[in-house]
Amino acid sequence: MLDALVSGLRLVATLDLRLWEIVGLSLVVSLSAVALATLLGLPFGAALAVGRFSGRQAVIVVLNALMGLPPVVVGLIIYLLLSRAGPLGPLGLLFTPQAMVIAQTVLVLPIIAALARQSVEDAWREYEEQLRSFGVQGARAALTVLWDIRFSLLTAVLAGLGRASAEVGAVMIVGGNIDGVTRVMTTTIALETSKGDLPLALGLGMVLIAIVLVLNAAAHLIREAALRRHG
Amino acid sequence: MSAILPLRLEEVSFTAGGRRIIDRVSLALEAGTSTIILGANGAGKSVLMRLMHGLLAPSSGRIAWSEDGARRRQAMVFQRPVMLRRSALGNVVYALKAAGVPAAQRTRLALEALDEVGLRPLAARPARVLSGGEQQRLALARAWALHPEVLFLDEPTANLDPGATREIEAVIQAFDVAGTKIVMSTHSLGQARRLGDEVIYLHQGRVLERAPIERFFPQPATAEAAAFVKGELPWG
Repeated sequence: MLDALVSGLRLVATLDLRLWEIVGLSLVVSLSAVALATLLGLPFGAALAVGRFSGRQAVIVVLNALMGLPPVVVGLIIYLLLSRAGPLGPLGLLFTPQAMVIAQTVLVLPIIAALARQSVEDAWREYEEQLRSFGVQGARAALTVLWDIRFSLLTAVLAGLGRASAEVGAVMIVGGNIDGVTRVMTTTIALETSKGDLPLALGLGMVLIAIVLVLNAAAHLIREAALRRHG
Repeated sequence: MSAILPLRLEEVSFTAGGRRIIDRVSLALEAGTSTIILGANGAGKSVLMRLMHGLLAPSSGRIAWSEDGARRRQAMVFQRPVMLRRSALGNVVYALKAAGVPAAQRTRLALEALDEVGLRPLAARPARVLSGGEQQRLALARAWALHPEVLFLDEPTANLDPGATREIEAVIQAFDVAGTKIVMSTHSLGQARRLGDEVIYLHQGRVLERAPIERFFPQPATAEAAAFVKGELPWG
């Protein structure tokens, strides 16, 4: 056990190429997914916060529920869509990094949209009258509010990134965990542990924990700094 | 001198949740006098001012300014000012930008406005960490920078201590001297006397009485107003 830990540390410290390729792909996949989810989720969340239409409450309830989507179920659904017989089969995306990005985007989108919806709605309740008194409306009012709460929104985005980089179920199913192609940190840890190659699993585990820790520390520090600077 | 005044309200009503909050109010607001809106809690003071300022649309009746483009020639200061997450200066600049003032003039006008309310030394301070009184003065600076013809104030000193209240009142008087029409609701009869020329007394959404200050306080014409002035708030 201790030997495995030491070997794992050595892999990390010696910049083992195989290990860092896996880390690199993980980051590319998760960051792409979060970027896409942010692009779609922030406007959707903001529109949901400000818009008034029938069925809005139902949409909010569903969106909040989707925050807890099980990754394996997302993986399964995307698998079915991308499989050869599925509606998106002709694209040939199954078992590619792109498929993993799609699955993680679906997984993270509700988190970013729901958290953004809550932040924007709270801010809008406070700002609406004042902005209308200034004669500011529509998209300009929305941009003012989004800019004013940019630090809360960043927290929402980092929450999404934490979720994406830590999940295993979705990327395992749609990526297939193919060596050198779709193998990421979490799927490698699962595989190597079952194979008994503990050093690589432990090394990747340490990197993964470090990444999650850094993300959370960053979210915390940004919030603190924002509170101090802007109140 | 003001062109958007008089503001005319004809048979204006406002209903929300089945309750009639403003009930067939007709009146005209002229330039020159400072108008104080008095009334018990729930009499409809805030709603009446929001209707006048255009934040609410009347359920029935008509509200008309004398000239088009009135939107940008009026301002409102709320009981709880909303501070944007920017510096004090940034808040005033934002209001100027929203009003369509060219970028080259904004900073100069904003600094002048901060000077007027005594916040120039705090220009770089984040607005949200200012004290309650300073925030309300900043709200007044945002209005001052626009040189509005009409300024609505919804209980601007309700949450403030006596020192801060005096500072706010001094700025309101400066608006009056500069020719801005003041329309203010307040709970403080002393403040009404200090700042007002005339009183509109509101009771259950209706204008019961409108009179010059010097007549309203010694001789209210209605029993409800008399009870209010005596401090016996008429709930019934």
